[in-house]
Amino acid sequence: MIEVVPSEGGVVPAAVEVGLVVNGEARRLVVEPRVTLLDALRERLGLTGAKKGCDHGECGACTVLVDDRRIYSCTTLAVMQEGRRVTTVEGLGTPESPHPVQAAFVEHDGMQCGMCTPGQVVSAVALIAEGHAGSEDEIREWMSGNLCRCAAYPGIVAAVRAAAGGAS
Amino acid sequence: MDFLRPNTFAEALALKAEQPDAVPIAGGTDVMVELNFDHRRPPALLDLTRIAELREWSAVDGKLRVGSGVPYARIIEQLGGQLPGLAMASRTVGSPQIRNRGTVGGNLGAASPAGDTHPVLLAGDAVIEAASARGTRMIPAAEFYLGVKRNALEPDELIAAVHLNAAPGPEQFAKVGTRNAMVIAVCSFAIALHPAEKRVGAAVGSAAPTPRHATAAEEFLAGELDWDAPKPLLDSVKRRFGELVAEAASPIDDVRGSAAYRKHALAVLARRTLGWAWQDHLGKETRECA
Repeated sequence: MIEVVPSEGGVVPAAVEVGLVVNGEARRLVVEPRVTLLDALRERLGLTGAKKGCDHGECGACTVLVDDRRIYSCTTLAVMQEGRRVTTVEGLGTPESPHPVQAAFVEHDGMQCGMCTPGQVVSAVALIAEGHAGSEDEIREWMSGNLCRCAAYPGIVAAVRAAAGGAS
Repeated sequence: MDFLRPNTFAEALALKAEQPDAVPIAGGTDVMVELNFDHRRPPALLDLTRIAELREWSAVDGKLRVGSGVPYARIIEQLGGQLPGLAMASRTVGSPQIRNRGTVGGNLGAASPAGDTHPVLLAGDAVIEAASARGTRMIPAAEFYLGVKRNALEPDELIAAVHLNAAPGPEQFAKVGTRNAMVIAVCSFAIALHPAEKRVGAAVGSAAPTPRHATAAEEFLAGELDWDAPKPLLDSVKRRFGELVAEAASPIDDVRGSAAYRKHALAVLARRTLGWAWQDHLGKETRECA
């Protein structure tokens, strides 16, 4: 079936209902078609872990997993993710029970200001699952889509290495 | 803004025929940047991500058909053996997150002179399968790029797939940027050797209004290479090849680099990639003789 969501009077964009499975929980929201996945997560679902750094797919602070693959949530529309599983940093662990990657970032000082950290952590979880944590060089290459303006890279690489070693 | 969500390619073509100004979106890595920064307000978006057939590739008798929606990550994982040049260029696109979403179809649709896969598609004689409700036509890559961000598609057409022969010989790709990841190429270059035809494909990217063949360089090199009794290349041949590649470009000065730097860098990339490709060819010959 072809779904057409018309605009009203050509000016006001119509809202559209989107179903997502966010951090394991089925969520339904009504958004304008132009709303990015990042804005839907932050503004509509209150999940502010993913950050809006550059809003054009350069910094990596908005990285989330969609069906277990890491993507930039700022360069995709919420409506395009209908029915998919979205994992944000909030879905990985809690302060009481952190994900092993989160624990490794704390242990190895993989951050300074923390702005890029949710994206770094989500990206690192995917990197380890992809099998790209074989060496420091490989980790650096496969973390290249996440910038850290504080340049906490040595700590980030050490954290990813430790988490990958602990997981295998 | 209308949002169109076809589930099949036939539906997508029907919608595009009805609304030719609808902007196709797949990976979103290009279109979304324009939307987020309000550089563009398309009357409609045509979401191609629900169309399973666009995400498929197939190989028949050494001829590959790569659906326009196959993301770079899968080209790298699955097609590196048959399409080494395309896989090399795909590895340099953006970052892991971009490569999980971005597609060759998107590269072609955007037709930015800096798109990473264009030189490889030119050097490898790719053919673009353009489809509309009226039918399908095949457009050689050399006729596809018309100007800065302009391609040969009609308003009602969508890119269905890219057709390439499995590489008949060594292929190489190289680009210059300020770092390895997340940069737009300052300039890029691809070479493909076609030993059976004693022919060379060579093309430059990000160094002219469109990606383009370095025709004089291709012809010069095809004449110089000793295909039947391959031996190491003379430095003078590599140098001349580099000069001719640089002459094929007509770059501009911009924020990413000067025209003079681009020409210089292209000559270097051409020499280097030729050296690698020919070394590859020599290696194969040696193994076959041994």
